Amino acid sequence: MPDTKEVLVRVKRQVSPKGTPYWEEFALPWRPAMNVIICLRDIAETPVTRDGTKTTPISYDSNCLEEVCGSCAMLINGQARMACSALVDKLEQPIRLEPFSKFPVVRDLAVDRQFMFDSLKRVKGWIPIDGTYDLGEGPRMAPETQEKAYPLSRCISCGSCLEVCPQVNDNNQFMGAAIISQVRLFNMHPTGAMHAKERIAALMEPGGIQECANVQNCVKACPKDIPLTESLAEMNRQAWKQALVGWLIG
Amino acid sequence: MRQPKIIVVGGGLAGLMATIRVAEAGVPVDLFSIVPVKRSHSVCAQGGINAAKNQKGEGDTIWKHFDDTIYGGDFLANQPLVKRMCEAAPGIIDLLDRMGVMFNRTSEGLLDYRRFGGTLYHRTAFAGATTGQQLLYALDEQVRRHEAEDRVKKYEGQTFLSAVIDEGGVCRGICAMDLRSMEVKTYSADAVIFCTGGIGAIFGRSTNSVVCTGSAQSALLQQGVDYANGEFIQVHPTAIPGEDKLRLMSESARGEGGRVWVPKNPSDARPARSIPEGERFYFLEEWYPKYGNLVPRDIATRAIHRIVYQEKLGIRGQAAVYLDVTHIPKEVLDRKLEGILEIYEKFLGVDPREEPMKVFPAMHYTMGGIWVNAEDQATNVPGIYAAGECEYQYHGANRLGANSLVSCIFGGGLAGPAAVKYARNLASGCEAVGSNVYESERKRQEEKNLALISPDGTENPMTIWRELGEVMTEHVTVTRINKDLQVADAKIRELQERNGRINLSDRTRWSNQTLNFARELDNMLVLARVVTLGALQRNESRGAHYKPDFPERDDANWLKTTRAKWLNGEIQLSYEPVDISLIPPRARRYDATK
Repeated sequence: MPDTKEVLVRVKRQVSPKGTPYWEEFALPWRPAMNVIICLRDIAETPVTRDGTKTTPISYDSNCLEEVCGSCAMLINGQARMACSALVDKLEQPIRLEPFSKFPVVRDLAVDRQFMFDSLKRVKGWIPIDGTYDLGEGPRMAPETQEKAYPLSRCISCGSCLEVCPQVNDNNQFMGAAIISQVRLFNMHPTGAMHAKERIAALMEPGGIQECANVQNCVKACPKDIPLTESLAEMNRQAWKQALVGWLIG
Repeated sequence: MRQPKIIVVGGGLAGLMATIRVAEAGVPVDLFSIVPVKRSHSVCAQGGINAAKNQKGEGDTIWKHFDDTIYGGDFLANQPLVKRMCEAAPGIIDLLDRMGVMFNRTSEGLLDYRRFGGTLYHRTAFAGATTGQQLLYALDEQVRRHEAEDRVKKYEGQTFLSAVIDEGGVCRGICAMDLRSMEVKTYSADAVIFCTGGIGAIFGRSTNSVVCTGSAQSALLQQGVDYANGEFIQVHPTAIPGEDKLRLMSESARGEGGRVWVPKNPSDARPARSIPEGERFYFLEEWYPKYGNLVPRDIATRAIHRIVYQEKLGIRGQAAVYLDVTHIPKEVLDRKLEGILEIYEKFLGVDPREEPMKVFPAMHYTMGGIWVNAEDQATNVPGIYAAGECEYQYHGANRLGANSLVSCIFGGGLAGPAAVKYARNLASGCEAVGSNVYESERKRQEEKNLALISPDGTENPMTIWRELGEVMTEHVTVTRINKDLQVADAKIRELQERNGRINLSDRTRWSNQTLNFARELDNMLVLARVVTLGALQRNESRGAHYKPDFPERDDANWLKTTRAKWLNGEIQLSYEPVDISLIPPRARRYDATK
């Protein structure tokens, strides 16, 4: 609604991890090219609700504001999105802002996504180089391989794919599509491939790839258009192969 | 032998590289970062990283990379360490390649190189147009591996408040605040490496990320760590204006053939693509035939300002020029520039493959920073090291595109082992320092919080910040005039005074982002004065520092490093000679062969 003079924003707030959520509504002056971050900054400069009550600025995570750091993910009108690239003129009002539901709330819209970084550790998400001293050039790689791997390497760990996945819930510790896709990336690299087995083994532990129910919400929610379902299928294949070989050899 | 302890503050490229090097030396590292390190500002670097690998058979050499860097920096950088960086650059690319960075490849499976500003060679390795992100992730992964093997402990969500400095003037650790519990604590260490990045926030809007406030650098200055060449601020020629951020449109767009132009008739109302070639003014190509669209950033920025403000040729009277990639095949754009074109498309809803982008210069990078020595990134305070954008060593008066990533990794890689060596040679380590040294620093910082939270003020920190950004952008960026700089300094002092009467709209003690911001703002105001006063004093034009009243470079009087010190609560500027032992200064001209 480009010619509305006001932007209505409803924010689901929570003072602390154990606090009870409540909603507040704000009316902000509309300007061209507003995004959700600008709305939150407006509120910080004038923290008064629509009905004139003084309140506190809203806590939220943000950093790069160009959708490459992964910080400002939240639910915007019920959808997992990055706040920086959520343009007000393309959103239905009142704009509803909520924290992600699959991660512990820190305060207001800020959540704790440490689970994702811990998962990257579990799957040994790195290329195990011998050291940073000079060992000459890396392995050659076909442009085709690079072109396949590069999109995977753009994952910003925003957590959108976990947020929309029904398999990520209180009853299971599913690590989610982002992590599994990262394993595919490391296994594609010539040096990384030498250690593919231990990463696949980590994927077959509780919370691993077997928890994927092929709902395919992840790929639709990914702000970086990473082919997550392709990664899931590929890693599923690698995991089955490894399990089968293990079973045959005993 | 006792085991030393090292702290690294900041988890961008420089901080992660320093961390890896310290961990490799077998010394435990505590790594502090405001954000999870994977979300650091280095992710925003787009175009690539320089190294003279000469992989296009053009006869590129390390010396040419070195010469381009010194010449591009208008001879203000101390030369020997810059040369070492250029020598190390090819090895750095190899290392990143081995770490798994998905650099673009040639058909032979080798790394591909593109051209960047300020050089005539294809010297820039790149991973699409998200090279910084890819490099940061590679180092983040290596640090995660060290973390999994217990050599690194991360303190993410912690902000640095101050250094702990003992009676002998030696740094013995840091004081930091947990951004959730707001708890203020001290952490002991034998040496601390600061890799705290850029200072964009003192200009309000810039291409920098939210955490790039310069608060740590300023806090250190106020504790006796000198700050050099603060007045040298790079304004990037091509960014997309926005109210919250000026989003960078990488130089790689021009490196891949993008052209900058304006309609010859500024009121031309036709869509850009239907304006015929003959009615377009490709002003960079016309004014700088040798380098064309790839002149260094300071030159391109001033040219765009001239087009808009003097020639009045901005697109339809606006402060904007076209950055045009529509003539480049889509397949090439998607393979080499997708990351940045996607930003334009997402934030403006216009496809830059179909329509020329509208861009304008934006504050981008500080060449100035914490003063470090010419050998190993040590500051003037024993035990404190600095690397990356937060220090001043490598870029002189103007940084060349794609040199920042290499300087971060080189500097971080140098600082790590230097800090280890220093720590190992200490006669007595931090464990011998009395607890009172830590406790008094903690109390000093805790009291600052209490003072901020007390409810008697009237000023809003967001408002003060906005005003700071406006005055800095207007007077202390592209064109500098002494009387305007005086106005700016007076305004900053007024803001400092108002900042003493701040009223926080949030007084809670859990995840209080307002309190943290108020503390940062206090430091930003001090650093803003360092930049402004440095600019005011320097009566010449050099690199990014341009004074129309003093349009020439003045080597006789100003081939000097500015060094800001904090004395009795005031900024004091002094000057020291630049090491020009390798390349004698010559006139810097991009409109003719150098």
